Amino acid sequence: MSDTFQLDGASVPFEPGQTVMQAALTAGQYIPHLCYHPEFKPHGSCKLCTVKINDRTVASCTLPAEANLKVESATDELNALRSTLVKMLFAEGNHFCPSCEKSGNCMLQALGYDLEVHTAGFRHQYPDRPLDPSHPDILLDFNRCILCELCVRASAEVDGKNVFALAGRGSGKHLIVNSESGLLKDTNIALTDKAMQVCPVGVILPKRVGFAVPIGERRYDQHPISAQALDDAPRPPEGAKHG
Amino acid sequence: MRRARLKAQSMAEKKKLRIATTSLAGCFGCHMSFLDIDERLFPLLDLVEFDRSPLTDIKHCGPCDIGLIEGGICNAENVHVLREFRKNCKILIAIGACAINGGLPAQRNHLDLSSCLTEVYLTEPGLLHGHIPNDPELPLPLDKVHPLHEVVKIDYFIPGCPPSGDAIWKFLTDLIAGKTPELGHGLIKYD
Repeated sequence: MSDTFQLDGASVPFEPGQTVMQAALTAGQYIPHLCYHPEFKPHGSCKLCTVKINDRTVASCTLPAEANLKVESATDELNALRSTLVKMLFAEGNHFCPSCEKSGNCMLQALGYDLEVHTAGFRHQYPDRPLDPSHPDILLDFNRCILCELCVRASAEVDGKNVFALAGRGSGKHLIVNSESGLLKDTNIALTDKAMQVCPVGVILPKRVGFAVPIGERRYDQHPISAQALDDAPRPPEGAKHG
Repeated sequence: MRRARLKAQSMAEKKKLRIATTSLAGCFGCHMSFLDIDERLFPLLDLVEFDRSPLTDIKHCGPCDIGLIEGGICNAENVHVLREFRKNCKILIAIGACAINGGLPAQRNHLDLSSCLTEVYLTEPGLLHGHIPNDPELPLPLDKVHPLHEVVKIDYFIPGCPPSGDAIWKFLTDLIAGKTPELGHGLIKYD
């Protein structure tokens, strides 16, 4: 019998060492998130997964689960904060969905849909971020980067290649390619790498597959992200029972 | 359909709402999508009448209840028209990607305007005796393309490129019924 905590009034079982996010997803309870990925160590940077415990706001992806915690997540207040974060991300980069190959499969966009974000509202920054089309098979479009570091983590931890890194500080922070020229063609990245599969937005794109699946028939066109994120969640093996 | 019409008839006693529409730095795609509400235009016309709009060809906006604006702000005339709408419309709605974040025209925002004009009108291969248009009737382009909310207060936003006819219908009927408009999954789209 494992311990439990309360998430929006529902009882969530957890194993020792699990975070609130991991336990919630495993139990089939969705907490919005962007930089969290079940296969990687939590990063805690996007703050979309912020929950409230005893009037304190905490990132649920890095918070160790504890017995009898009372966690609030699906409240109007927290969803309003989440939608502000999504709006700031949209205003900070160049997110032009109509011309983006990732549209319909993009987590940032899907979270915007779920949170009923109709406009970024802030002054758009329109940063100048040139593309890197140098690699024969892969296009890098930095305009859409949200600095989640998933590609950095995947390339370092899974591929063992360290192709990507974040450089600069504060508002000058940006994604770079770890090669002498700074170009992707001078790295050993391959289409089969984990780093190719984890970008939640449209930065790292394989070439020559544009619009293979038409707009309107893509992942988050079918069902909202809140109904699908659980598909990616770590699940207890068949037959194992919590609680 | 029938129910919509009956409901419209019962509301017909009330004064019709006046709606103005315009396209600024847009492609008229949102207006085309507006026409995609198809036969629902008839029950809509029981509830509203059109002021300035490409549909009526009225050139200036009078006092209105709702203004629908497609396209962002890319030149001086856009600013004047937007201000005319804000002055006259109780509720101003930005419709479509360009009105909301600049959209396609804003792709020039990281480029220098004069180098854009030079490339398009002077140095583009195949141009013979090209010159940058300077007719005094042409509105001057702005240095950058702006979303509407950076110039005037906007009350509501209908995202999409373009938003579907169904999204526009849902939004307008919610608003006319006095509800906070909500789109929900399937109707809220940024692409």
